[in-house]
Amino acid sequence: MATVELRFSALPEHVRTARLVAAAVARRAGVDEAVLDEVRLAVGEACTRAVGLHQAANVPAPVRVALIEEEKQFSIEVGDEAPRSVPGERAPGAGPGEDPEAEGEDEMGLAVISGLVDDVEVTAGENGGSIRMTWPTTP
Amino acid sequence: MDLSLSTRTVGDRTVVEVGGEIDVYTALKLREQLVELVNDGSFHLVVDMERVDFLDSTGLGVLIGGLKRVRAHEGSLRLVCNQERILKIFRITGLTKVFPIHTSVEEAVAATD
Repeated sequence: MATVELRFSALPEHVRTARLVAAAVARRAGVDEAVLDEVRLAVGEACTRAVGLHQAANVPAPVRVALIEEEKQFSIEVGDEAPRSVPGERAPGAGPGEDPEAEGEDEMGLAVISGLVDDVEVTAGENGGSIRMTWPTTP
Repeated sequence: MDLSLSTRTVGDRTVVEVGGEIDVYTALKLREQLVELVNDGSFHLVVDMERVDFLDSTGLGVLIGGLKRVRAHEGSLRLVCNQERILKIFRITGLTKVFPIHTSVEEAVAATD
């Protein structure tokens, strides 16, 4: 079971709350102070992406954030319920076009995450997807 | 914390001082500010990020959008930033090659290349 679990409506204004909670729990779990900025940024990117996917696919469900404290490591799993026909592809109807500036932001968010976090796992399927990020902890 | 924005003119440059957090929620405000400046004919922008506490990819997207807009008018968009945690985001996304990043507003305002 997750140490702390958070569910929030897929709205941009709640992403900051998720960042703050994730950083607080990570600090308590023993994630190095120097890495907390990266945790904050990475979880923000993952939540931003999930909010975007839910909004694009009109998914009413909340975005899930699980903060998991384990032996010698701390993981954050951000889950969405936006369906994809092909893993990694945009949800149907969420094609490019309406907003040229938003285009590619999803990829940039993932680029930031993979640049920041060494241990990251991205999965996607017809019932949604998740990003799991793990950091080492010192007791 | 929210996003704070203020603008001032230095010669032919417009300095946009940004403070607080630029994320998916607040980025829209910055985008509106940049669009408004370009629409009003300010094509040489200096975005001072010294008081920015947080920047994510949504914020990067807005800055890129701003750059595209000023370039359409042969303008420029320069950044002022000395904060390692903000600079790191530009580095890992390769955007240090896209934006001229300066250490002070004075330096950015004087730059012509």
